[in-house]
Amino acid sequence: MDTMTAEGLLLPWPDDDGEPFWEHARRGELRIQACADCGRLRFPPRPCCPQCGSFDDEWRLMSGRGRLWSYVVAHPPLLPAYAELAPYPVALVELEEDPRIRLVGTLTNSVRRPGAPWNAVPPGRLRIGAPVQAVFQVLTPEVTVVRWALCSG
Amino acid sequence: MLRDRTAIVGIGQTRFAKHLEESEKALACRAVLAALDDAGIEPHEVDALASYTMEETDEVELAKAIGAGDVTFFSRIGFGGGGSCATVAHLAMAVATGQAGVGVAWRSRKRGSGRRPWTNTVQQLPTPAQWTRPFGLLRPADEIGMLARRYMHEFGATRDHLFNVALACRNRANQNPDAIMYERPLTREMYMDARWISEPLCLYDNCLETDGALACVVVSAERARDCRHRPVYVHSAAQGLPAQHHGMVNYWNDDPLTGPAWTAARQLWKTADFGPEDVDVAQIYDAFTPLIPLSLEGYGFCGRGEGAAFTEGGALELGGRLPINTGGGGLSEGYVHGFNLINEGVKQLRGASTAQVPDAATCLVTAGEGVPTSALLLRG
Repeated sequence: MDTMTAEGLLLPWPDDDGEPFWEHARRGELRIQACADCGRLRFPPRPCCPQCGSFDDEWRLMSGRGRLWSYVVAHPPLLPAYAELAPYPVALVELEEDPRIRLVGTLTNSVRRPGAPWNAVPPGRLRIGAPVQAVFQVLTPEVTVVRWALCSG
Repeated sequence: MLRDRTAIVGIGQTRFAKHLEESEKALACRAVLAALDDAGIEPHEVDALASYTMEETDEVELAKAIGAGDVTFFSRIGFGGGGSCATVAHLAMAVATGQAGVGVAWRSRKRGSGRRPWTNTVQQLPTPAQWTRPFGLLRPADEIGMLARRYMHEFGATRDHLFNVALACRNRANQNPDAIMYERPLTREMYMDARWISEPLCLYDNCLETDGALACVVVSAERARDCRHRPVYVHSAAQGLPAQHHGMVNYWNDDPLTGPAWTAARQLWKTADFGPEDVDVAQIYDAFTPLIPLSLEGYGFCGRGEGAAFTEGGALELGGRLPINTGGGGLSEGYVHGFNLINEGVKQLRGASTAQVPDAATCLVTAGEGVPTSALLLRG
């Protein structure tokens, strides 16, 4: 599997526990691992439930709705491909279903523009608590990533 | 209990610089031999070694080069700068339990002339990096910047609070001829106009990139009385890996702003004869300025969310409520994974710091916050 896009951006390199997340993302679904016994969501994925110890899991479909928990705006020094995109904001989004589940992602200015440039949203528009919606960007035939569209209004 | 049963009796270091010619191994040997000489202990008496898992010079290489004797205890601590104080803690436990008699802890690093660790993309990609790196969250500064922004939002902390931290460290470095920033004062204007690294963190919120090595020597309290310098006792020590902690990307629990410092602190104070209000001087791990307010809260110098306000009114300066990082710290003396904070703590309790706190008798030293950490309470 490729470790980088043609532009030199890093692709996710899933481990055994994370692989299902990326499989679901390829199908355009945001699914989070949950305990099949006690029902608790957990992230990052891991072999067993820290609450009840069960090794049985299921991958629960999320609404894709969330809120900005925090963000940074990255400036150089960065890896060359990233330096070309900088400055770019990176968001940490808490999911509506469980605010302890927070996903890192880049931002886009519309749910209809999953492939918008990383700097499509001016950092001045970002506010902690702002609502966002998951969108899916196909990076390669094997890799689809979740990005976050800033909801208007 | 470890309480005062062991002591640090020797400290040594190389020069700090952006670039040193010698290898990390040679620098490690120089620092260790300097520490043993400072203690007045012969290298062949060394029988315990402790360092970081990230240390490139291993026990075999170090022991045979310095001429150590038969080594009966050796230990490595993980999680980068989070392991600094634990190196001393492990030696103290080994000596106190009779596993060894003379312990040496060290760290040698060419972080100034070497490559930035985060540029090694192969090493960085597996878990948990699959959840962060592909989105451009590449560097520790980005990972801590994320927590810093949230901290500022929740508790009203400002860039001026972070500047207070950077300034206190820089002012102490300006008193320390061995510090990289010895002759380079920092002003508020310089700080506010500095280039961003990862907003809300600017250049001066980040530690230095340094070549250098340090070491210290740990023996029993009994033996310490015969050494060259006044013993500095390991009063208590702790490591901290909190429940549901995730390393520097600690984004997946109830409260990411309550970090490993809180866990280490509970153990540290539980086994100490005194509390935070009795600490004369502190050496607090400062890879990034926001780690200081977070650590001040964790170690109990103020309440949760009060760490930024604590820095106001010169509280961290000499003569303030809690002078910190009196050699200049990672921000302004040199960044050697926090080992210089240990040695500076020893200097303070010997009365030999370049920015001496009058009559300092107790010192807190902490390791990297935001990763599984460790801490020491030292007593003179």
